[in-house]
Amino acid sequence: MTATLPVDGLTTEPLFRLRGVSYSYAGRNSALRDVDLDVRTGERVALLGANGSGKSTLLKLLDGIIGPSEGEMRALGRDVAAVAAGEDAFRFHREVGLVFQDPDIQLFSATVLDDVAFGPLQLGLSRDEVRERVDEALAAMEIAHLADRAPFELSGGEKKRAAIASVLSLRPEVVLLDEPTASLDPRTKWVLVDLIVRMGAAGRTLITATHELDIVPIIADRVVVLGEDRRVLADGTPAAILEDLDLLVRANLIHEHLHEHGALRHAHPHPSGEHHAYEGTGEEPGMQGERP
Amino acid sequence: MNVQVITRNAAPEGRIGWLEQTIGGLTGNIEQAVFTEQHARSAGWLQRRDPRAKVIGSLVAILAASLTTSVFGLLALYAATLAAAGASRVPFGFFVKRVWAGIPLFAGIVVIPAIFFVPGPRLFDLGLGPVHLAPSWNGLEGAVPFVIRVGVSVSLAVLLVVTTPWADVLKSLRALKVPQIFVLVLSMTYRYIFLFLHTANGMLLARKSRIVGRTTGGEQRRWISGTMGNLMSRAFKMSNDVYAAMLARGFGGEIRSYSEYRMAAADWISLAAVGVLGTAVALSGRILP
Repeated sequence: MTATLPVDGLTTEPLFRLRGVSYSYAGRNSALRDVDLDVRTGERVALLGANGSGKSTLLKLLDGIIGPSEGEMRALGRDVAAVAAGEDAFRFHREVGLVFQDPDIQLFSATVLDDVAFGPLQLGLSRDEVRERVDEALAAMEIAHLADRAPFELSGGEKKRAAIASVLSLRPEVVLLDEPTASLDPRTKWVLVDLIVRMGAAGRTLITATHELDIVPIIADRVVVLGEDRRVLADGTPAAILEDLDLLVRANLIHEHLHEHGALRHAHPHPSGEHHAYEGTGEEPGMQGERP
Repeated sequence: MNVQVITRNAAPEGRIGWLEQTIGGLTGNIEQAVFTEQHARSAGWLQRRDPRAKVIGSLVAILAASLTTSVFGLLALYAATLAAAGASRVPFGFFVKRVWAGIPLFAGIVVIPAIFFVPGPRLFDLGLGPVHLAPSWNGLEGAVPFVIRVGVSVSLAVLLVVTTPWADVLKSLRALKVPQIFVLVLSMTYRYIFLFLHTANGMLLARKSRIVGRTTGGEQRRWISGTMGNLMSRAFKMSNDVYAAMLARGFGGEIRSYSEYRMAAADWISLAAVGVLGTAVALSGRILP
């Protein structure tokens, strides 16, 4: 069975099916608890959660490079525990690609071209076919000019693009992205968001872990929120999730603090680590506060 | 008066330890020297040659330098090396300094005693109290060709490295039938040495920014050993992550690499020319002194 499962999916097995899945590192440190989740072909899912909520662990499970400590997990018709143990792992990894959060981990070759060619070479493709896939992936990420550069010469944004290209060259049906826009300057971040949107438009199933709320409605049609207890806290549309401020506060994705806008002192929620753009008048609609 | 006291004490307290300076200098220089490939990317004669031809040509020339017994043969080879460096837009001063700055240190240690202890007629005899400085002709006859031989060989190796991106040098080793796994491990080592050098430099700077008093040698040594442990732990974690990233892209234990090298006519001609020159140099001792 491959990733080309029927899109309606209602009567067929989902692409990913997790039931009561938990994972703990070294058998002690619990990273994910009792997760139930179905993902169907063509869905664009955002995994929202604060630092340490288990997003990266969930992505590694979905990629079959680790198996669940507890629970049942199937992906693309296969038992993920078996895939993680090496059974049919090569074919599985042709269909599911993971872009790691730290591009330095992903870019282990001497040049960008070598890194992008690494996956296709493992498939045993001909030289011409490898080159075709490399060119296609580099063009999709708009980094053809960086092919002969060493990874350490690249900027943060270029490294992210190269890391995504190294996965796209495998032409996977499912792309898992771990914090793709973390630590990028605004322009690079939005260029990358555009590229992710294009990947989704090409019909791929995309699962993106992030805690940047502003990109969620653009890159996802569905949002799964992981709580700080490392369980699934909510699952819904971007609009429903992002409007639920209590939920976002509980998930530590926004915070509430007291501050001043000119003469107005008030408290209201903010996305974690960000400040809102309101400047100084104290006249923003819907805010309640007091004058100091 | 207060100002004088502060001035006198500020220097030693503000000075960082020699160990930190040494490590900072080492890592900084390696970062700059090894990883700056600016000459390898310029449009010179050697940069346009196939890296495999360059690696094989360099080895042939180094072998010729090792085999010849003629100083003139060595000088001719050095002249050809300088000409190749010039045609490849490698700055003359940079190239010569980079080679010869280290030669007296490494070759000198080996040959300097021989100059004075080999018996035979003396070049001069300089009496300094009970000590006599009297280099022998026979010693010099052995030492000079040795130093030139080392200098020429190092020049050839440096010229290869500065005109060829390191990734290409490594891939070219495949042409010499070096096993693929060896090339991959070298390549990854090169890749991650840079990352860890960068991390080590960052840790050094972070410490430097927080040093507000004099540190003792013991403290510095403890910091160094702690930093080594920290880096080792990070390296271990990263090696696991990198292996996971390789698995995620279908790695099954068999190494495959991609290269697009094509030997053009100019590469074959250059290689043949090096072969002829190398043979002439190697045999030059039969005709020339």
